[in-house]
Amino acid sequence: MDRFLKCRECLQTKKMKNVIEDILKMTATELVKDIKTGKLTARQVVEFYLRQIERCDREMGAFISILDDHARTDADKIDSRIAAGENPGPLSGLPIAIKDNMCTDFAPTTCASKILIDYRPPYNAHVVEQLQKAGAIVIGKTNLDEFAMGSSTENSGIKITRNPWAPDRVPGGSSGGSGVAVAARMAPVSLGSDTGGSIRLPAAFCGICGLKPTYGRVSRYGLVAYGSSLDQIGPFGCDARDIALVLNTIAGYDHRDSTSVPLEHAADFTAAMEKPIAGLKIGIVKEYHAQGGIDPEITQAIEQAIKVFEQSGAKIIDVDLPHTDYAVACYYLVATAEASSNLARYDGVHYGYRTPNPTDYIDVYSSSRAEGFGDEVKRRIMLGTYVLSAGYYDAYYLKALKVRTLIKQDFDKVFEKVDVICAPVAPTPAFKIGEKVNDPLTMYLSDIFTISANLAGIPALAIPCGFTNNNLPIGLQLLGKHFDEETLLRTAWDYQKKTDFHRQIPEMVK
Amino acid sequence: MTDAITEQEVRHVAKLSRLKLTDEQVRQFTRQMSDILAYVKKLNELDTANVKPTAHAAPLRNVFREDKAAAGMGVEKVLQNAPDRDGPFFKVPRVLAD
Amino acid sequence: MSDIAYKVIIGLEIHIQLATESKMFCSCPNHFGDPPNSNVCPVCMGSPGVLPVMNKKAYEYAVRTALALNCQIAKFTKWDRKSYYYPDLPKNYQISQYDLPLSYDGLLEISVNGEHKQIRIRRVHLEEDAGKLLHEGNVGFSQVDLNRTGAPLMEIVTEPDLSSAEEARVFGAELRALVRTLGVSEANMQEGHMRLEPNINLAIQKDGKEYRTPITEVKNLGSLRALERAISYEINRQIADWQQTGITLETGTKSTRGWDDNQGVTVLQREKEEAHDYRYFPDPDLVPVVVEQLWVDEIKKNLPELPMIRRVRFRKDFGFNEKDAATLVEDRETADLFENALTLGTPVKTLCNHFIGFWSMHANQRNITIAQLGISAQRIAMLAKMVGEGKINPTAAAVIAEKMLVCTDDPQVIAEREKLIQVSDVSALETIIDEVLAANPKAMEDARTPGKKQQKSVGFLLGQVMQKSRGQANPQVVSEILGRKIGN
Ligand SMILES: [Mg+2]
Ligand SMILES: [Zn+2]
Repeated sequence: MDRFLKCRECLQTKKMKNVIEDILKMTATELVKDIKTGKLTARQVVEFYLRQIERCDREMGAFISILDDHARTDADKIDSRIAAGENPGPLSGLPIAIKDNMCTDFAPTTCASKILIDYRPPYNAHVVEQLQKAGAIVIGKTNLDEFAMGSSTENSGIKITRNPWAPDRVPGGSSGGSGVAVAARMAPVSLGSDTGGSIRLPAAFCGICGLKPTYGRVSRYGLVAYGSSLDQIGPFGCDARDIALVLNTIAGYDHRDSTSVPLEHAADFTAAMEKPIAGLKIGIVKEYHAQGGIDPEITQAIEQAIKVFEQSGAKIIDVDLPHTDYAVACYYLVATAEASSNLARYDGVHYGYRTPNPTDYIDVYSSSRAEGFGDEVKRRIMLGTYVLSAGYYDAYYLKALKVRTLIKQDFDKVFEKVDVICAPVAPTPAFKIGEKVNDPLTMYLSDIFTISANLAGIPALAIPCGFTNNNLPIGLQLLGKHFDEETLLRTAWDYQKKTDFHRQIPEMVK
Repeated sequence: MTDAITEQEVRHVAKLSRLKLTDEQVRQFTRQMSDILAYVKKLNELDTANVKPTAHAAPLRNVFREDKAAAGMGVEKVLQNAPDRDGPFFKVPRVLAD
Repeated sequence: MSDIAYKVIIGLEIHIQLATESKMFCSCPNHFGDPPNSNVCPVCMGSPGVLPVMNKKAYEYAVRTALALNCQIAKFTKWDRKSYYYPDLPKNYQISQYDLPLSYDGLLEISVNGEHKQIRIRRVHLEEDAGKLLHEGNVGFSQVDLNRTGAPLMEIVTEPDLSSAEEARVFGAELRALVRTLGVSEANMQEGHMRLEPNINLAIQKDGKEYRTPITEVKNLGSLRALERAISYEINRQIADWQQTGITLETGTKSTRGWDDNQGVTVLQREKEEAHDYRYFPDPDLVPVVVEQLWVDEIKKNLPELPMIRRVRFRKDFGFNEKDAATLVEDRETADLFENALTLGTPVKTLCNHFIGFWSMHANQRNITIAQLGISAQRIAMLAKMVGEGKINPTAAAVIAEKMLVCTDDPQVIAEREKLIQVSDVSALETIIDEVLAANPKAMEDARTPGKKQQKSVGFLLGQVMQKSRGQANPQVVSEILGRKIGN
């Protein structure tokens, strides 16, 4: 406690005021460097972010658990290891916020659902293990749409999360908490999960970067499943280098995940991204822009970005993804079918919420689930159950699996011609809280440009590329070949060296 | 594909899903699921007769583990989140013996 | 009901627990009888976020069995989820195989009353077992133990080729012998390693027309005796039911029944209307299996001699009758033990007698196999050889065998310690015989005189000699000398 007070005091001295200014503007890459070289202590960095959480999160609602004690203890351990001349790893002392659907045995994992309130996992997710091994410090668990089902974080069973650029607007979803944590500088980096756009949409709405890696790149062991064949964990950060920094640590084969892909070499994304992009072939998807309903300000911002790529020597090529229009329908059949089965285990028998006065054991199931799940989760479970049930399987589920093949083939063909696809993340900037919440189908259509990447299993990166007249961030999406995150990060980094959209910080959190 | 879903079907699906719904929810879900099902019907515009289904995003095959045993995590950890327990067992309202 | 003609149609579904070290999708010990919920980890208890990884040994065991059942091995198979809610199934879905089982189209030959019959195997697939619910002694609640959850289970489904309760039992016994021989399961029925579910109906002939009764499935039978009894009961019940109601396959529905072993009756099980909508779909967490021919060849190469073939050899080469050959071969270790003992130069006939005599008696008393008695082939061979060489008599062999179970001494040592070595020395025996004859003049007289009493008196004198020698006299030598002395 003494030490804590001392630290708070030291943060308040005049000299430290400058440090604070600095930390607010520093990237994760810079922070780690300063911690390793002793310019900053892990403890100082943790204190800064805890203070930022204390200052902002009452209004933002990004965090479900703030792990202050845990973070301080870990920070002190890192500091003493550095003092002893050790290297605690590539993420030494770096605070990270984690979406509350990844298991931690040192903090509850709720999935923002009443059915898992107070649930304490008996193990750590693979990514959490990897982060801790690399010296990162888990500072908190962030809010999400319940079980990651949603595009706005309004479906959280715990609270809503606000967009730091406009508190009356949603931060996007489902990883809204992790997006806001980074956008409001309550954490330098964070982890989200992306089943149909759940990392990229909050990144776009909050003006930061977010990557959905190739399916199989990051182990799903310990990620609470929503749509197992679509889910991937990925990082949020302020710039492409920070994304690469975290990806270096969380990517890689894990024998506990049968869908984790063993690759011959561990990738060093940081090193790979410095290469210039001259000669790179960037595809523009005709179908995306033929789509009605794209906000003209977004179209304009994307066009501007394409000019920047061209100036760097990239070649712009028109490409076709003819099955684009079927992606949302395909996705909602596949994802809900898998979800209906993945969420069957929340039944009030072995863990989680149980209805207080069940009439019999069947009622333990039906009432616990009725009381524990929110409406959107129920709706998706129902839809998924329906499309798998006798008589409907072929017409809905099997049909969707076949359309998924067509969508995958579209990308295979396009990537014979180009290295990267450039597209919007969403047709609109962040929308108002409450605007779409009663119209599930309209809400589903927010994911129209992000969903295809999950169906095809390819990597996709969202980066900021401008602001609307209302000062709302606009996101650009780069989609790549399987296991070619390198080219996405390289393209983004080249762009970020020439622009400063990624360095903007919302006024209210400064 | 069939017509939009009926309230009766919604009740059946709720039973399959082990979700106790209020009448109001049944009405609401019937409407919303009908909208969604009507929307997904657009997949029928595509001829998929000769298309193979894709159930997995990565084309992996034959992933196995060796048959090596390791101790369980211990009964206390197994039961640490149990809503109700009876000694070393999970406890549930009586399941009719069959 | 005896006057109507009918045919019985039975198909069997058999679940067999595989004898792997670890469970099917996690590393928890696959072991019966441990304290409740002790062999449980996040994966098998279905904690949020866990993922399954397939046990290679379990897969190979299933392929091994399928090959022994003459099945086709699928080149491509996958895993499916089967959904139903039950407290012993923590994920509320079971990982199983639905439309693409790992093997199909096999055959198993059985022999009933000397007649051979081929039973077609529809499929062999793998799935995970559920946990256990305990109700006994509890008021208003049940207890859940997840130790068995996720244990590897092989499901074998036959075509409806069995036509009597006896055939079904024989099939079950044959399959049990097979999986034991293959070493893929202990197939210990008391521990639930093998559970049988017959589907039964009848084709009744009446007035030149055929009527089929509705199919009933009897769930979860834990012994071959229960299988036979349940089927017999069902046959009678279905006849009576048809005579009373006239309901047929076409007008009725399939039903599920449980077996009450105490009452000896089957009982209708009430089912939820949605019970059979299992919503199978491919498990996205597990990738498909592509089986290369090389792998199959490797497994095939290591298949042991199958029971059917070994039984025939045991009858032909060693002179066992059909029943004894079946008993011996049912357990591969025991049959191996027999053959190992034989290679040590043991007389076949004596060894056979020992195996079907006292060795199997001791095993049965302990409810284990002969091999599990833990006596080495060497010691078993020594004992048989001692009989063959006339060192001990058969009665003494049984006594020595019993001692062999509780100490590790060689039978020779036991025989000496217990003074069971046969005396075949002629002069030593002559002394005893002379003493006996002197003490029993009347009996000697009778033995000399042809007539009713002669045979009896010879036996009496022989007995006296044996008694006097405390059982150690070689009876063959004694009767020789005795015959000479009496002058017959
Ligand atoms: Mg089965
Ligand atoms: Zn386990």
